[in-house]
Amino acid sequence: MTVRRVLASPYALVIAIALIVVVLPWFLPSNFYVRIATLVYINALAVLGLNLLMGFAGQVSLGHAAFFGLGAYAVAVGPTHLGIPSWIALIGGVLLSALIAFVVGRPILRLKGYYLAVATLGMGLLTAMMIANEVAWTGGPNGMPVPRLVVFDWRVTGSQMWYWVSGASLVLGAWVAVNLIESPTGRAFRAIHDSETAARVLGIDIARYKLAAFVISAMYGTLAGAYVALFDGFVTPDTSSFIRSIEFVVMAVLGGLGSILGSIVGAAILIILPQLLTVFHDYEHIVLGLIMIVFMIFLPAGLVPSLAALIRRRSA
Amino acid sequence: MSILAVEGLSIAFGGVTALDEVGFAVEPGDIFAVIGPNGAGKTTLFNIVSGLYVARQGRVTLSGEDVTGLAPHQLARRGLSRTFQNLQVFFRMTAVENVMVGRHLHENRNILAHFFTLPSVLAQNRATRRQAEDLLAMVGLADTADRPAAALPYGALKRLEIARALATEPKVLLLDEPAAGCNPVETEEIDAVIRKISAAGVAVVLVEHDMRLVMKISRRIHVLNYGRTLTEGDAATVRADPAVIAAYLGTKAGAEAERAHG
Repeated sequence: MTVRRVLASPYALVIAIALIVVVLPWFLPSNFYVRIATLVYINALAVLGLNLLMGFAGQVSLGHAAFFGLGAYAVAVGPTHLGIPSWIALIGGVLLSALIAFVVGRPILRLKGYYLAVATLGMGLLTAMMIANEVAWTGGPNGMPVPRLVVFDWRVTGSQMWYWVSGASLVLGAWVAVNLIESPTGRAFRAIHDSETAARVLGIDIARYKLAAFVISAMYGTLAGAYVALFDGFVTPDTSSFIRSIEFVVMAVLGGLGSILGSIVGAAILIILPQLLTVFHDYEHIVLGLIMIVFMIFLPAGLVPSLAALIRRRSA
Repeated sequence: MSILAVEGLSIAFGGVTALDEVGFAVEPGDIFAVIGPNGAGKTTLFNIVSGLYVARQGRVTLSGEDVTGLAPHQLARRGLSRTFQNLQVFFRMTAVENVMVGRHLHENRNILAHFFTLPSVLAQNRATRRQAEDLLAMVGLADTADRPAAALPYGALKRLEIARALATEPKVLLLDEPAAGCNPVETEEIDAVIRKISAAGVAVVLVEHDMRLVMKISRRIHVLNYGRTLTEGDAATVRADPAVIAAYLGTKAGAEAERAHG
């Protein structure tokens, strides 16, 4: 009985993620795989944030790479041009991003559905354009190098160390996400998703909670962007590109909207699959596209929720 | 002083007047019915009073405070809640979670505390769930607590909406066709629930087509026709009013209402 109760707890998932992060390195044969795992964790962090917005609060964003890019350039521009220590630039970037999401979110979150999608798309394109055009600050289309992350005397460098930093951050991020979902705030998010009218009548200030979801998801995305830049040691405007925004959405939808585990699985699929498909050479993208179509046809709710429903039906 | 007062409410949609100078007042513990043919403006009236629509003119007061034009969530804070004719259930949540959302205004809404699930948040979650379970039991849905709302039958969802609205601890509760689609047994249960709510001092305003239910439980009945007030009075007065019979009740429904009363 107690085992079942522990498994039913939403925190069981957080513990499972932590276990995977801790155990996985023993099964990774080389640094190349450690690098891939690190990229999965970092992207999963961004997707987790986007999923809070899209999967739980039901608000679409096609411009989330704007926040990802903002994080990446915060840790590039801050230390290089302003002489700020990179860990302060990282925190500053996340806070700045929250502020921008707050200011931009207020007007655009009044929009719904397609209109919100287009407005967030515009936000993403605008950010990408600014990054590409401010050559003096960002190096323009060529990008710029990112100094290593140094926290006091601790130099965060190498795939191994970044594996642990990103893994720990993902576990922490999943824990915070579960906390939120299991709180009045999370219930407000989900209520807005299902019926804005009912949510309003029950006293939920929907503008406030949509904005909260937007700001929180922006902070996740910014942190992930900063990590990727610090990990790679270099940034290009690609970090904030339209394609990047779409990738995040695809990861969330493929893994499962409204599923914490789905965010991670979605990120893993979209990062690992292209690596596996390199055997197809020129046809790589065609095969990737086909796989995605097949996934969505047979697992329409996303991988994790669809499989969970299947298992429940089998065992019932 | 009336708990809810509506004065001279008018609204038009694209030149068509949907409500024209409608007014009434409701006292605490009242059961007040609004009836009329389809398109008479009953749901429009509810939508204005609950803040979903803004009236062209007129005033709504709650406990004497002018609340005209306030947003729905601000009205909820002042003690007004409602259910919907065409269900507005949170279908991706369980029954008990639906009702838990109704506790929103009575919970600590500090998002930063929710980030880290402080012990106070956990204790509050437990208390909220307990209160929600009590309300589900009150409307006869105790055994459905952990089922997804999407799996519940129509009649149960109607009662789920009532439990959810009650979770806000309203002073005024608007019920939009609570008995629609319910079988006679379920209608009886809703009858009992409404009486219980009113006995607790809550003013109940309902729109309902089930004349037996309306005539049986309402202390006052307000009749609308083409957006205008036809008459208002107790069941006996309304039932005997020739204008009401002509516009709405008809001779058959009139007889049915007679039976319900007798």
